[in-house]
Amino acid sequence: MERLSLNQRAAILSILMLVVGLLVWELSIPAQKAVGELTEYERLTGGGQPKAGVPPPSQVIAKAWEQLSNPFYDAGPNDKGIGIQIGYSIYRVLSGYILAAALAIPLGFLIGMSPVAYKALNPFIQVLRPISPLAWMPLALFIIQDSEASAIFVIFICSIWPMLLNTAFGVAAVRSDWVNVARTHELGHLRTAFLVILPAAAPTIVTGMRISIGIAWLVIVAAEMLVGGTGIGYYVWNEWNNLDLTSVIFSIFMIGVVGMALDSAFGLLQRAVSYVE
Amino acid sequence: MPKPFLSIENLTQVYPDGQGGQMTVFENATFGVEKGEFVVILGHSGCGKSTIMNILAGLADPTSGVVKMNGYEVSGPSLDRGVVFQNYSLLPWLSTLKNVTFGVSARHPDWSRQQVIDHSKTFLALVGLEGDVVYRKPSQLSGGMRQRVSIARAFANHPELLLLDEPFGALDALTRGTIQDELLKIWSGTEQTVFMITHDIDEAILLADRILLMTNGPYARVAESVEITIPRPRVRSQIVEHPNYYAIRNHLVHFLAERSKELAGQNDDRSNAPQTIRIDTTQPSGTGDPDTPRNLRAVNT
Repeated sequence: MERLSLNQRAAILSILMLVVGLLVWELSIPAQKAVGELTEYERLTGGGQPKAGVPPPSQVIAKAWEQLSNPFYDAGPNDKGIGIQIGYSIYRVLSGYILAAALAIPLGFLIGMSPVAYKALNPFIQVLRPISPLAWMPLALFIIQDSEASAIFVIFICSIWPMLLNTAFGVAAVRSDWVNVARTHELGHLRTAFLVILPAAAPTIVTGMRISIGIAWLVIVAAEMLVGGTGIGYYVWNEWNNLDLTSVIFSIFMIGVVGMALDSAFGLLQRAVSYVE
Repeated sequence: MPKPFLSIENLTQVYPDGQGGQMTVFENATFGVEKGEFVVILGHSGCGKSTIMNILAGLADPTSGVVKMNGYEVSGPSLDRGVVFQNYSLLPWLSTLKNVTFGVSARHPDWSRQQVIDHSKTFLALVGLEGDVVYRKPSQLSGGMRQRVSIARAFANHPELLLLDEPFGALDALTRGTIQDELLKIWSGTEQTVFMITHDIDEAILLADRILLMTNGPYARVAESVEITIPRPRVRSQIVEHPNYYAIRNHLVHFLAERSKELAGQNDDRSNAPQTIRIDTTQPSGTGDPDTPRNLRAVNT
């Protein structure tokens, strides 16, 4: 027998696990009993309706096919396609995230380069960092008076810390030899920052950005369940209220897929800025 | 007496010793370097060689004393003083070529891109790096090749003073020999003033016009300045046959092994300048006379 490569063997094993998992799930759900003739009373009270249960994977796949074949339909506030909902969520995540990066990376540079700034800001960072981002929600809603902007603020506040701390750490850990190279070549502060410190600290900074985007995507689902209206988080909660568990499972799956896509985009960026010493 | 091109005057470095007190690494170091001269400083670890180097580079400030180049006091790093560090200090995210163009474009901001690249490639070729090698990252190069890039980067900038901080310390003996030859070749073509630290006595004799000997720290000082009376161009395999070679070598070994300890901490107030030693068995009359004209440099002839 020809030896398969490591990747091929792993892929076969993955598919095997998927198929077995889906089969076990499918078989463990009892088939709905055929309902016989109903009395008038049963028909009126809905007593003959099948009991709501966890849907089998076949139904979820059918639902996924239906949703993904028309992801952008818009039939009113409570009935939008999955593509539109995910689009709203990504828009909020990216807005809050970009604002956070625009503040955290320059500030992290400052903290990393100046021990005084680090010592002065550290107590604030240490107190603010462990606060659950959703705890800011009531205050944000009251001050901003807009649920959309409050959700973006919550993303902003949760994605700022990993980027800030990693940038500061990365900048502070740049080897002094490289800074000396910049100094002996008479580079100014700005050129040293962009030509030497930024590329040297880039792998650490991008790692912080990757952690941040992961946290932001975790938090947006919870934030949207609270603020409502649109977004994948709202969609999950809305379908739960509709008792449409097929859609709930499908959207949980979609949250995972989008999160993976965001993470691998940053994985590519990380590979682009990494270097070997 | 006219001031030399580079003059180091009463340089003293004091560090806190970690227990609240102070430790004087070296005291009143005073010496000069002439233009176009290749000076090597030898001494045991801890005598402050690297500190002197950092002060000359402008990367550190002495506790007291001044360094003057062309009569002007040195403060802060400058493109006029190029440095080759022991650990190469190449930027690992840039290709070999870009590591050199980085320096060249800092030196010549008005040059066009193509000019910078051509100039950099010329100097990389001088140390034997040509073709596709120049597009590799430093991590894909051997230690010897990395140090060649570092040397090319320094020479490409034509600094008035080139500082070499144990440039071959991390290389194996064979590679070290090749690069020493390359350094001699590139140096003799440029008349560069070089100040170099090393631990290797043979390397010092091969390369230097003059060797400064330091006593052990603390309170180290530059005790002797030994002229290398072996004519250039020097070839590694042949200089050992020169009658002066072992006389000079024995003097250096004797100093490092014994006298550097004996002289340590002695602070004679008579003069801070190092004592000039001239060992020349071919001209017995000139031995020990500091006023003998130095006619042994035959660099570009």
